[in-house]
Amino acid sequence: MADIKKLAEMLKKLDDKLVSCMRCGMCQAVCPLFKETGRETDVTRGKLALLNGLAEQMLKDAKGVNEIVNRCLLCGTCQVNCPSGVQIVDIFLEARAILTGYFGLSPVKKAIFRGMLANPRFFNLLTTMGSTFQGVFTKKADELLGSSCARFNAPVVADRHFNSLATRPLRKTVGALDTPAGESGLKVAFFPGCVVDKMYPQVGEAAIAIFKHHGVGVYLPENQACCGIPVLTSGDRPTFDQLIEMNLALFADRDFDYLVTPCASCTATIKELWPHYYGGDRANLDKLAQIGKKTLDITEFIADHLLSAGDAAAAQPTTETVTYHDPCHLKNSLGITRQPRQLITAAGRTLVEMNEAGKCCGCGGSFNVAHYDISKKIGTAKADNIIASGAATVATSCPACMMQMTDMLSRRNKGLRVRHVIELYAEGLHRELVVKPQGGLPERA
Amino acid sequence: MSTKNASALAGKFAEIVGKDNVMTSENDRYAYSYDSAVLDPVMPGLVVRPTSSEALGRVVALCNEHGLPLTVRGAGTNLSGGTIPLLGGVVVLTNGLTRILEINEEDLYAIVEPGVVTASFAQEVARRGLFYPPDPGSQTVSTIGGNVAENAGGLRGLKYGVTKDYVMGMEFWDVEGRLIKSGSRTVKGVTGYNLHGLMVASEGTLAVFDKIILKLVPPPQAAKSMLAVFDSIAAASETVAAIIAAKIVPATLEMMDNFTIRTVDNFRRAGLPIDAAALLLIEVDGHPGQVADEAGVVERICREHRAREVKVAGDAAERNTIWQARRDALPALANLKPTCVLEDATVPRSKIPAMIAALDEISKKFQLTIGTFGHAGDGNLHPTILTDKRDKKEWLRVEKAIEEIFNQALALGGTLSGEHGIGLAKAGFLIKETGRATLDFSARLKKALDPKNILNAGKMAA
Ligand SMILES: Cc1cc2nc3c(=O)[nH]c(=O)nc-3n(C[C@H](O)[C@H](O)[C@H](O)COP(=O)(O)OP(=O)(O)OC[C@H]3O[C@@H](n4cnc5c(N)ncnc54)[C@H](O)[C@@H]3O)c2cc1C
Ligand code: SF4
Ligand code: SF4
Ligand code: SF4
Repeated sequence: MADIKKLAEMLKKLDDKLVSCMRCGMCQAVCPLFKETGRETDVTRGKLALLNGLAEQMLKDAKGVNEIVNRCLLCGTCQVNCPSGVQIVDIFLEARAILTGYFGLSPVKKAIFRGMLANPRFFNLLTTMGSTFQGVFTKKADELLGSSCARFNAPVVADRHFNSLATRPLRKTVGALDTPAGESGLKVAFFPGCVVDKMYPQVGEAAIAIFKHHGVGVYLPENQACCGIPVLTSGDRPTFDQLIEMNLALFADRDFDYLVTPCASCTATIKELWPHYYGGDRANLDKLAQIGKKTLDITEFIADHLLSAGDAAAAQPTTETVTYHDPCHLKNSLGITRQPRQLITAAGRTLVEMNEAGKCCGCGGSFNVAHYDISKKIGTAKADNIIASGAATVATSCPACMMQMTDMLSRRNKGLRVRHVIELYAEGLHRELVVKPQGGLPERA
Repeated sequence: MSTKNASALAGKFAEIVGKDNVMTSENDRYAYSYDSAVLDPVMPGLVVRPTSSEALGRVVALCNEHGLPLTVRGAGTNLSGGTIPLLGGVVVLTNGLTRILEINEEDLYAIVEPGVVTASFAQEVARRGLFYPPDPGSQTVSTIGGNVAENAGGLRGLKYGVTKDYVMGMEFWDVEGRLIKSGSRTVKGVTGYNLHGLMVASEGTLAVFDKIILKLVPPPQAAKSMLAVFDSIAAASETVAAIIAAKIVPATLEMMDNFTIRTVDNFRRAGLPIDAAALLLIEVDGHPGQVADEAGVVERICREHRAREVKVAGDAAERNTIWQARRDALPALANLKPTCVLEDATVPRSKIPAMIAALDEISKKFQLTIGTFGHAGDGNLHPTILTDKRDKKEWLRVEKAIEEIFNQALALGGTLSGEHGIGLAKAGFLIKETGRATLDFSARLKKALDPKNILNAGKMAA
């Protein structure tokens, strides 16, 4: 192992960013992890102080600091609330890259990232097989799958209540698409993301149905690679660059108005993290910036580009009450909170707000796997709020949050349903289409 | 030395608080080596987190028995180094003691453990239709124990007083781990020395607080906010004096100087008048009729004292816009430069123009950026020096400037610290304000109560 001085020197690179933390401690009020443990090493101020201590060579236990820096949901709540405007997530991602470069990637992660995520065909094959043989998934395979952001946990693991892998992933039910713009005059590139593809194909199908209904052309290429967030948060920059390049090959130079994803993490990653952290060929930077500009969360796309004034009244009202959970990557990273709520109402549902709708669900990608106990505590608090809202359904706009909430709620046996906002919206359209022939409903604009 | 002793005793502490509540690793200890003051970190030998009163008392006794330095820590947000374990030893966390034990709606008091967070307490009290007024800017994280130990103030200090005005009584552990009781649940009470009064602002140097009895009051029924724009600091200060002279005590009476106005406007595009020399942000509260009267008088006084413009908030949204500007003051300034030194030298109200002039002078003399905002109503200003502590040369000038700010405040009949406390940061200046006899008296008190000098040694006068 290289000597600690070298590590300190590398961390010095972060000095300009680290120094802007004034140690005010206000992050203690908002960090969901600190709320559970009360430990200073769990809150931002402590983590930044430790990174500083390591850079200043006041600390020797670099391994311990590495663990502490990785014990974080990367939910960004501290950053949006930091009075000093510290670029916290950026510091954490950079630090993870430096520390991973120093300590190396764990064998499990190496196998997943470099062997699997970087080979979309193989990844697809493995998960398809997985869905066929769910019952016989071995512990090892579970660990393997579980460490990707997607965390395709087979139900075989003792007390977890995850959804099973879909028997027919989206790429099987829908396949590749390339249709021209219809009445909307718009064409989108659709990036379902791994979780939607492999676990919630119905969300992808809902998206396709919505595009069709509104006359939106769709470009959906085969063998999309992971957006790279699990790789980036583990500090594996080479694989991150590789995944970006694979996606660039599919999406750059194609003709579409927007790139749309139903996964909050994918949206934030493509829009903000691709251009910022890509370390490969400089010539690609321009393309990344272009794609970033065109990338939209699906609820934002529908609400701001497809929904017209009359649409809100279009869906037949139902008695279903729905509460909405704000995914960190949508609320904190992109500031999107209005559009998903608008779609729930447009779907004819009654929206009831839960307490702390914007508080992290505790998933945090691989955090859930590495620190399941705390993740469960944070998730339970979320489940309490959902249940207390009295809603029949909880909707959100990130498949990773859907998995976490499904796990947490199913422990409580309350019969609540977990849905993606666009599933509800698509149903609203569908009901309308079904009812229309019998007359009574107004024509759509 | 004490670090070694402390870690050797880890097992003994674990017997009291449980193994999970004793932290010994280098990284854990480093995370308790600092607070919100701009000072160098010092690592403790050990960190313990009692989760019951009884355990807290036994931890104190064990430290004393072995002569281990003991530093109590709430949220670690004090701005004077009060929780830096200067001599190593043991840091005792209170965030395992967070129960609100009683809120008595008939007798208007509450009993809390020391680690209860100020804002959660105030919220719970509000839910019962009552009011706990002290609202330090750090209230979403600060603890009641820390508030009492620093006698924390806040925006409402002018009318409602500060933390000390709400401490009715207390149970605390003396250094030997014996439980001392002082004060009562009644408004009146003269049983023995006013020991809980002595505990206020003691900064963890005399004893360790356990249960705290706090006074509650009925909330005001109405409030009205306004913002007044001035072309000179003097006019704004005269307005402040005139409002008080008219026998009106606003709940809040805040000021921002031109530099702060510009910075805040740039921060949120709040549409503030960036050419104004000063802003006053005022809120009157109370009975609806009285509020309407007083708001009218305050508005008139502002105009009579050359306010260029007075905006009265018509609804909740407008009221929020006004106070958002004030809440933005510190974040906006903090965003400008890496290091932000928040001072709180305080002068008599009438001396505010002189103090602001002195601050201007100081900023020029030492070539430093200083933004000033604060509680104009009570003379408690927050001159905020913006710098980069890595710039050694500039940092020397900052230290000199701070000294000069203290000197100026004292020369104007003011005080070193309005609310942030003495701790390490100002310990050396204490004698200037109070004199040798006062320090000796304090030292004798300290020696009697803490013969081995383990309680937050090196802070304040000790
Ligand atoms: C952004 C920001 C804004 C602030 N605004 C204000 C403001 O408006 N007004 C104001 O007055 N202050 C303000 N402060 C300063 C600080 O928040 C207060 O001093 C607060 O009271 C500290 O509370 P704490 O829980 O963080 O205490 P800590 O910092 O943990 O401790 C403070 C002192 O109290 C002692 N102590 C803590 N608990 C106990 C106990 N149980 N028994 C004995 N001693 C104990 C400690 O040893 C230490 O000396 C601000 C600070 C920040 C960072
Ligand atoms: S809120 Fe921001 S500046 Fe304050 S301690 Fe946390 S990270 Fe640092
Ligand atoms: S990103 Fe989230 S979990 Fe991590 S320190 Fe910030 S608030 Fe806490
Ligand atoms: S963020 Fe989206 S694409 Fe990336 S790994 Fe997670 S689910 Fe897959």
